[in-house]
Amino acid sequence: MNLFCVGLSHHTANVETREIFSANREADCVLRDAGCAEALVLTTCNRVEVYGASQNPVATPDVARCLSRKIDIDHSAFYRHENADCVQHLFRVASGLDSMVVGETEVLGQAKKAYESARACGSAGPFLHRLFQRAFRAAKEVRSQTEITRGAVSVGSVAVDLAAKIFGDLSRCKVLVVGAGENAERTARALSSRGVVDLRVSNRSPERARDLAANVGGTAVPFEDWPEQFRKIDILITSTSAEAPLLTPAQFESTLRERIDRPLFVIDIGVPRNVDPRVNEMNGVYLYDIDSLQSVAEQARATRLQHIAAAEKIIAEHVASFEETLARGLEWRARNIAHPQMRIAEQGS
Amino acid sequence: MRTIVALRAHTFQQSRFNFFAIAAGFILQSAFLYLRGHAEHRCPLTNLFEVFIFLAWSVALIYMLVGPAYRLSLMGAFTAPLVVILQVFALLAPIDVPHAAKMPADPWLEFHASISMIAYGAFALACIAGAMYLVQDRQLKTHQIRSIFYHLPPLSDLFAAITRLLWLGFILYTLGLASGFFVGGPLPRLQIICAVGVWILYGAILQGRYSRWFAPRRIAALCIFGFAAALTLLWGITFSAQIH
Repeated sequence: MNLFCVGLSHHTANVETREIFSANREADCVLRDAGCAEALVLTTCNRVEVYGASQNPVATPDVARCLSRKIDIDHSAFYRHENADCVQHLFRVASGLDSMVVGETEVLGQAKKAYESARACGSAGPFLHRLFQRAFRAAKEVRSQTEITRGAVSVGSVAVDLAAKIFGDLSRCKVLVVGAGENAERTARALSSRGVVDLRVSNRSPERARDLAANVGGTAVPFEDWPEQFRKIDILITSTSAEAPLLTPAQFESTLRERIDRPLFVIDIGVPRNVDPRVNEMNGVYLYDIDSLQSVAEQARATRLQHIAAAEKIIAEHVASFEETLARGLEWRARNIAHPQMRIAEQGS
Repeated sequence: MRTIVALRAHTFQQSRFNFFAIAAGFILQSAFLYLRGHAEHRCPLTNLFEVFIFLAWSVALIYMLVGPAYRLSLMGAFTAPLVVILQVFALLAPIDVPHAAKMPADPWLEFHASISMIAYGAFALACIAGAMYLVQDRQLKTHQIRSIFYHLPPLSDLFAAITRLLWLGFILYTLGLASGFFVGGPLPRLQIICAVGVWILYGAILQGRYSRWFAPRRIAALCIFGFAAALTLLWGITFSAQIH
């Protein structure tokens, strides 16, 4: 039995090409059309892959054709991995090592979903079952034994992670967004997705404030009132195009005295900066501008890259062990299915 | 040690190892204190050696009560070194000298000494939570995020733990101090002054926390300073008790 993987990903194809093949052709079609014994289709935003097991070789163009309804297709972007290479490739994919953002964990959930769906429709048999179960184990080990998934690598998620490390439960946090830029919206959305319910938006243009408030499920606050709101909030996001800083240590001083036991997290994503950097030196204020957020994301990215070698080692061990198990299984099958009389003789002796 | 190595190697995982390691140590300490108490027919708090062992036992006890409740699993990594230092010091320093005059067992004195020691355990844990707070605060302020950052609890949780530990320690210490007035014989003046000094110090920290005199960072630093001062005064109290 041959294990193989045929697919395309962000490494080999652009999004237009990937779109053509991610048209959700089901695994049973691959089984029927390409003649595989077992098949599974893994589709994520960055890859479309078919994992299969077959007695006879299945050609890459045949698999590619199964993934697209078009007859005349260009399959030059497809890659192919067989047997040990296929096993290693799947383990790397499930561990997030082959992802665009190294160490992302979403792909593991997508792989589990793909496996469940293939199992439900009966296209995943014993070979793919063993392969995917081992892939999930390898991914889990990579995640727990290394720091490949540690830290956020995008500005929005860094802000959310930092907020969680300051306040713990974000559902009780009050957030004020000053300015209605795209970055502010993205950060507000990220906070909202992590449980923030009290979101207030203030902007020079009341319409834009109302629009953004409606988009992120918050309430609009008149621009002249935001310094008053400032006393009540825990997280401040500033993203205005003001030339001079909106907030200076002098403005903070009187407010901070009233809220000395409550920290304040200031996310300044305005360029030029909206908050005087000296504010970070004040007790209980944690100020992050776009550069410092990017620097934290960069540190997390560097940590992840440092752990690639350790993750590859774990995967190599799992590949070797899986190969051994598979070889033993095939040998047993060959002995018991191909030569049943030998088994009977062995049992008799 | 295992946790520190894992943190340095970036392979630390939240586990119950710290808790069980300290629990195992706690059982051995309890056995030792039981045997010692059995031999002396009283609570084993008669000299500096026993005071330090009892203090290490109190720290372990409070950690087991507080650590899991506040999900401060990494606190074990900070608690264990303190317990080790206290025990190693007790074992190596020539402080295991029998009390000059064999005092008759007094239940009030035993209650006073033991409850005060357990209060010291709470103050020690507040000191550890304070150190964790300062580590986390520094990383957030300097924007230098290290591996330990992801394993330490949020600042708000640490501050809540500090406040509760301060209250726990303060209430126990007040009970200990009050029970001292019921002790049969007169207590040395230095001992009373030192004990009241520790009580005032922690009372002032708590007052400062609720009157908003101090920011959380200052309170965390004061917990470390307070415990260092209380430990020095404890030495003074025990030393004066040994002389008398």
